[in-house]
Amino acid sequence: MKIFATYNIKGGVGKTATAVNLGYLAARDGYRVLLWDLDPQGAASYLFRIKPRVKGGGKGLIKGTKSIDSAIKGTDFDRLELLPADFTYRNLDLLLDAAKRPARRLAALLAPLKDEYDVVFLDCPPSISLLSESVLHAADLLLVPLIPTTLSVRTLDQLTEFMAGFNGHRPDVLAFFSMVDRRKRLHTQIAADLPAQRPDFAATAIPALSVIEQMAVQRAPVTAFSPRSQAARQYGQLWQEARERAGLTG
Amino acid sequence: MREFVVDGEASADTDVPAALAGSVTLNGSLAWANGGRTRTSRRNWLDTFDWRLYRAGLTLEQAAARGRIELLLTGRDGNLLASEVLAAGRGPHWPSLVSQLPAGPLRELVEPVAGVRALGPVVRASSKVAQLRAMNDDAKTVARLDIDRMSVTFPEPAAVPARLTLTPVRGYAGVTDRIGWAITEVPGINAARGSALETALTAVGLRAGDLAGKTTAVQLSPSMPAAAALATLLTAQLDAIEANVPGTIRDIDTEFLHDLRIAVRRTRSVMKLCGRALPAGLASEFRPEFRWLGDLTTPTRDLDVYLLGYGRMTAGLVAAAPADLSPFHDYLMRSRAAQHRRLAAGLRSARFARLTTRWRAALKEIGSARKRPTVARLAAARISTAQRRALQAGQLISAASPAENLHELRKRCKELRYLVEMFGSLHDPAQRWQAVRELKALQDCLGAFQDAEVQRGEIRGFASQLLSDRRVPAETLLAMGEIAAGLAVAQREARREFDGRFADFASPASQARLTALTRTDGRTRAAGGA
Repeated sequence: MKIFATYNIKGGVGKTATAVNLGYLAARDGYRVLLWDLDPQGAASYLFRIKPRVKGGGKGLIKGTKSIDSAIKGTDFDRLELLPADFTYRNLDLLLDAAKRPARRLAALLAPLKDEYDVVFLDCPPSISLLSESVLHAADLLLVPLIPTTLSVRTLDQLTEFMAGFNGHRPDVLAFFSMVDRRKRLHTQIAADLPAQRPDFAATAIPALSVIEQMAVQRAPVTAFSPRSQAARQYGQLWQEARERAGLTG
Repeated sequence: MREFVVDGEASADTDVPAALAGSVTLNGSLAWANGGRTRTSRRNWLDTFDWRLYRAGLTLEQAAARGRIELLLTGRDGNLLASEVLAAGRGPHWPSLVSQLPAGPLRELVEPVAGVRALGPVVRASSKVAQLRAMNDDAKTVARLDIDRMSVTFPEPAAVPARLTLTPVRGYAGVTDRIGWAITEVPGINAARGSALETALTAVGLRAGDLAGKTTAVQLSPSMPAAAALATLLTAQLDAIEANVPGTIRDIDTEFLHDLRIAVRRTRSVMKLCGRALPAGLASEFRPEFRWLGDLTTPTRDLDVYLLGYGRMTAGLVAAAPADLSPFHDYLMRSRAAQHRRLAAGLRSARFARLTTRWRAALKEIGSARKRPTVARLAAARISTAQRRALQAGQLISAASPAENLHELRKRCKELRYLVEMFGSLHDPAQRWQAVRELKALQDCLGAFQDAEVQRGEIRGFASQLLSDRRVPAETLLAMGEIAAGLAVAQREARREFDGRFADFASPASQARLTALTRTDGRTRAAGGA
């Protein structure tokens, strides 16, 4: 089981769109996929038309008194299942803080699912917190969407530095440019230069396209409702890079 | 998962989507949508000739769609236990032994159940499956409904009622239950009784688990005239002989011949032990012909026994290597092929056809004119005699007795066992099982002794024949010697075990259980006197 996490300290950079589309593509490739919507805003749950609610609240899940298994919902797509968001996730830090070894908590919760799923996507809320630390400890590959600005590249460096202090498991990092606006010279320049210079950058960038925004209207991944669109093609290439980087075979 | 069938003759024309859209809406909170393209598949259900998978609660289906061939093994509740994708054009040609399946979890589950029996098609069908999605008020799919319009293509074409399978999307079991209840309220749609396999079989007038010649399937009433009862039993054995002939000729697996031989032996035993209850002259007329049939089958079966035990024999080699025996194995295979050709020719012969036709006609002519004795009286008398003979034959055996004496006892025990089985429907099954417990153990021991005796003799004969070919390496003969020594050890062990086994059989408690079967009170009280 490979665990991918879409993560960035900043919000509105395309984390959920990435998790939803790459999750769909992985399932389409035949992998059994679980997407865990950890963001209390529940955008991924909304996109799959699943109510952002975990029966009994998220507290039981984190404490381990309620099984993850019973909270999972099937999406409308074969092999793709979702652990929905819950409003109680806004207090995940407090819940984790109360748990034993909080930084390893998510990894421990996911371990029993290793025979059931080939791929897990963690769609994280924007923050740097105990939850982020737990996600970073659980993930095999961190997918970091960045808007091509100098400041966001600096954020990536801060993240890498933060993880350098980890003992034991450290996820691999694959950053990529997201919401690239071709009308902005700086965007195109940074998106063209940096991937060639840094190994932690994907060659694929996701452009800012209205069809991606249409996902909220269609309530489905763009890769599903518009599979031949440029956006779908770009997500397809990004998924290829991500699965190769994660060493996902078969 | 819940399954339904669309009943009635108009099943094929029923517009299921329209019926559901009109009646199954859960107070307007549910809508139905098309779930995609109709899928067509060719389905081939596989089992052994004696339904071993079905009896073990397993269903094996080969499904072919869009050039993809897949084997699907499901359990009693319809849940998938294992699947195996077969390489295009490389799948086994059915019937086929389980060992021909690709190694994997599916084979591991099927192999111990099917044993030496081959898997073959029991029914084939063509399925056209349309899918509907049940959606909640968020337009989220909560359940899927497959509408399977299947038609049977083998053993004969037949229409099958449309079958609906409702599967919940994970996390939506509650609402799917409510949808299921609502579907049963739709006129003409009912909960399915039996699996798709059972429905397909019913459409062609078959039933899973049916087997020609199964003695327990023959129900006798105690007061039935003995001659009529024997005709029923012997007809069942003839059915079994004929049912196993095609499989024996095609050499599908070794059990066809084995079961054919059992039916022949049962027939011969009934004629020998109960022949006087049959019309005068009938047994004496047919016994030589059935003896011919029995003898025809013996050489192939003996070689089958050798080959089936070959792996175990080579595994027991101490000095020799299994490869040393390869020329011997090749020789056995060649001999078996030659003997099987002879057997197949015999079963295709006019003599065999005449025997079965005349025998069936003769059995049909046996009427119920003679009311006495009743079958209960006859069974009691014959079981009692066979029991006494077995006991006497065993009591004559001492440490110095030759192997022939044990062989004689084995034959007496077989006769007793056949009688108990043939007249089984007159007795309580639990009582019957108890009665033959010690007899079975004794038979196993005598079987091990006799098999070793026969095989020791045969291996000497094989060695002489191989030597006369002058191409056999010394290593092979040495290895065969080791096999012969192993057989001698096994025979000695069986002989040592014999005294205890016979003492158990001859014990008053064991004999009393057998004697209980010969009382004509209890279950057989209704029978009239002889």
